[in-house]
Amino acid sequence: MASPDPGERASRADRAERDLPPRFRSFSPASFTLLVVGAAILIVSIGDVAPSPKQMVDGVPGFGRLVGRMMPPNLDPDFLTRIGFRIVETFQIALVGTVFGVVLSLPIAWLSARGVSPIGGFNFLFKALVSLFRTIPDLVWALLFVASVGLGAVAGTLTIMMDTIGFCGRFFAEAMEDAEKEPQEALSAIGANKLSIAIGALWPDTLPSMINSSLFALEKAVRSSVVLGLVGAGGIGQELKVAFDLFQYRNASTIILVIFLIVLAMEYVTDKLRARIQ
Amino acid sequence: MFDVKVRNAVPPAGDRREEALIRVSGLRKSYDGASMILDGVNLAVSPGERVALIGSNGCGKSTLLKCLIGLHDISGGTVRTLGETFDRAPNAGQRASLRQKTGFVFQKHCLVRRRTVLSNVVHGLLGGKGSWRGFSHATALPEWRQRARDALSEVSLADKAMSRAEALSGGQQQRVAIARALVRRPQLLIADEPAASLDPVSGRKVMDLFVRLCRQHGITLVFTSHDMDHTAEFATRVVALKRGGVLFDKPAGAVQSADLEATFDGVA
Repeated sequence: MASPDPGERASRADRAERDLPPRFRSFSPASFTLLVVGAAILIVSIGDVAPSPKQMVDGVPGFGRLVGRMMPPNLDPDFLTRIGFRIVETFQIALVGTVFGVVLSLPIAWLSARGVSPIGGFNFLFKALVSLFRTIPDLVWALLFVASVGLGAVAGTLTIMMDTIGFCGRFFAEAMEDAEKEPQEALSAIGANKLSIAIGALWPDTLPSMINSSLFALEKAVRSSVVLGLVGAGGIGQELKVAFDLFQYRNASTIILVIFLIVLAMEYVTDKLRARIQ
Repeated sequence: MFDVKVRNAVPPAGDRREEALIRVSGLRKSYDGASMILDGVNLAVSPGERVALIGSNGCGKSTLLKCLIGLHDISGGTVRTLGETFDRAPNAGQRASLRQKTGFVFQKHCLVRRRTVLSNVVHGLLGGKGSWRGFSHATALPEWRQRARDALSEVSLADKAMSRAEALSGGQQQRVAIARALVRRPQLLIADEPAASLDPVSGRKVMDLFVRLCRQHGITLVFTSHDMDHTAEFATRVVALKRGGVLFDKPAGAVQSADLEATFDGVA
């Protein structure tokens, strides 16, 4: 059989192409409008707040001068001792705030988890509560607690606690929603009440995931507790603020280095713990 | 085509009427309110019997099991199980009584994988007095721990008491599920395809165990199965379900190949 000529082949290919689904989806007018509005917002925002090339170039020598004034870090033993106490306080804020937060997250997550909550459809109330805790930034919580319980570490601990509930409350609830349903149904068939099912089947099943989330929360809490001192909620951040306020840049560089080391150490420890759990 | 008479299948032997442990009359069940998965089922089970429910997938075997003990609400008819009579659903008191007297073994063992074997067996006592302590063997009443340990001995797994459930083989896990059902000393054991998730050897061992323990403790057994060898060997009676009703209800020894063909033929 003679093969078709190139012209006929091309027209066959065109017809076949027309029968196939389009290669790209066409935009609806509404989608196109949204795309244009989004692009416009991005361009205006870049014009308003992004650094210009001139600012970047001018900023480099200034930053270099600042780094120069920070060197060498202050290693005076008295200063290091004072920083050591502040570091311990920072770690205490992170640890106690996280533990309290994790403990409170457990019942809150249970009450908010869809399909598991003992209060049925009213679980949205606790979901909303967890969202509220999560959406308020930690520095705002810190300002609220400094204003209500006063300056110092207690305000920092309460801040970390609220932050942890916002974080763990959500992840614990998701783990509970994804937990194996069959063991829970088996205990329900036996006649176990909701609390027994939660403690007997739900929580053991979700434990690895919850420990994982808790370790992330602790890591996050250490980073957060470092800056809480900037608004007077205790910890090493308070020393950092004083150092910058009084232009003691060598003190500031020591504090930054210590913060870096403590965050690094915490990440190392939590990574190891997570690896062991898995 | 087979003429399947589903609605008026006659309950077996009238002389069992008074002593029936389970009596189901005209049971109807629909999940969506439109199509009936069970439509006029009549069934009577006497104490000590081992009844196998057979039928193709989706014929309502598991649904019937759950309706018998009030785990599912029913849409019509009446159920009398272990002296509790209910239509639609048992009340709270009846439900509690049924749960106390019944053990349930699921197709998948449904154990809490990360808990110890002993804790899983202790779970079988939840729902009773002191229940709040039963979520773990560590917090359970001493008597509960002892009963759980005895139940594990009966399924030859006492040495695995402190192992995690997930560390056991499928057959061993199903034996733990049997111990969990037995620990409440039930009068009635309901098992939904107890050997389905196991290899043939483990499945046979599990069924052997079921029958031995039911004989030993005088427990009535109602189970579903797709394995006709199991039903012939381990059941005293076979009840076949088709198109929402009872197709036949015979002593296990009287079931013929033609009966099985009628049960499974013509069902897509």
